Amino acid sequence: MARITAGIATSHVPAIGAAIDLNKTKELYWAPVFQGYEFVKEWIKKNTPDVIVLVYNDHASALMMDIIPTFAIGFADEFESADEGWGRRPVPVVKNHIDLAAHIAEQLVIDEFDITLINEMDVDHGLTVPLSLVFGQVEEWPCKVIPVVVNVSQFPTPSGERCWKLGEAIRNAIKTFPEDLDVQVWGTGGMSHQLHGSRAGLINEEFDRKFIDLLAHEPEELKYITRLEYLREAGTEGIELIMWLIMRAALGYGVEEKKRFYRVPASNTAVGHVVYEAKS
Amino acid sequence: MPRTRLYSLDDLEDIPGTKVFTARRSRQGYYLHKFCMSLMKEENRDEFRADERAYLDKFKMTEEQKQAVLDRDLTKLIDLGGNMYFLVKLASTDGMSAQKAVSATSGMSADEYAKMMLEGGRNPAGIRSIRDKN
Repeated sequence: MARITAGIATSHVPAIGAAIDLNKTKELYWAPVFQGYEFVKEWIKKNTPDVIVLVYNDHASALMMDIIPTFAIGFADEFESADEGWGRRPVPVVKNHIDLAAHIAEQLVIDEFDITLINEMDVDHGLTVPLSLVFGQVEEWPCKVIPVVVNVSQFPTPSGERCWKLGEAIRNAIKTFPEDLDVQVWGTGGMSHQLHGSRAGLINEEFDRKFIDLLAHEPEELKYITRLEYLREAGTEGIELIMWLIMRAALGYGVEEKKRFYRVPASNTAVGHVVYEAKS
Repeated sequence: MPRTRLYSLDDLEDIPGTKVFTARRSRQGYYLHKFCMSLMKEENRDEFRADERAYLDKFKMTEEQKQAVLDRDLTKLIDLGGNMYFLVKLASTDGMSAQKAVSATSGMSADEYAKMMLEGGRNPAGIRSIRDKN
């Protein structure tokens, strides 16, 4: 049977991807950000999964305009890096695990998550920056990736509580997949940031640190943060943190925290990152 | 039976200086966003750069939206239904960083904004709610 072995959360700031692609990671501005990922880059070498279920949001690259699904799952064989206005990121093509993706899609609908299947899309920085942060610059990604796409941009987004339940349903789906696979679930986005208006540049370090404090061992407390509270406290884009809840719920009751990292700023955003190993 | 909700959607309008991207705003910005997403292809970026006005006229945007694009008035574009994830494609076409694009809507200069970010960002104290002034 498939096992959920670990979870990773990380911000997915596009400028981080650009810093990697343009070899700026040692520069004064960027070095402290990338230092926070030294642990995971080593850790992943011994803990490379067969498949990552990678939860992210599309930033008006494939979705958000003609079709705006609340929850969707990538169902193509492969996904190319999107051209977000400055050319495609020079990263490997992302390869799906169709059998597991199909199983998850079916199980989610049975569990009353009416998820959208996407047979063709490019993936943007929301998905590729976390892969680059963890695996570095590689010729091929070392495992399969199933994209799970959440609407966190057009209101109303799903609630944190709903995202938690989706994480639980993803957990149940993975654990009932008959093939012998190691699976990780990653949650991306956040932490606090707002990208427009007189509140642009908002960073709420107290909120962010409390979120990381509670996520490992008292995540139930985070479930009930309302959408409005995310907006007020963490900024209009800080609500991406609901995707960290999907990861955390998928890991089940007990986790061992292997790494936590927090740093301000990367471009407009507070960067957060955790690595959890699953115990159950 | 009306359902009990934790808060009214009207509360989304209670955050200072913030236009929450609702379904209605998404509809208002739809053709503007069609234009922005067209800039995800190099040949379209080239065509836009060659004759901005002619390129914009291919889209069903309002005249006000077209003028705000020509003026690169990102604040105005957000007032007209724009969302930063789309608008950043326009900024990228101009070779402008996301941080500069965001700072252009903040009322601060790009340098002041970059300095604020380096110093830990904008503190949320006093800008959580118009009504509660906290």
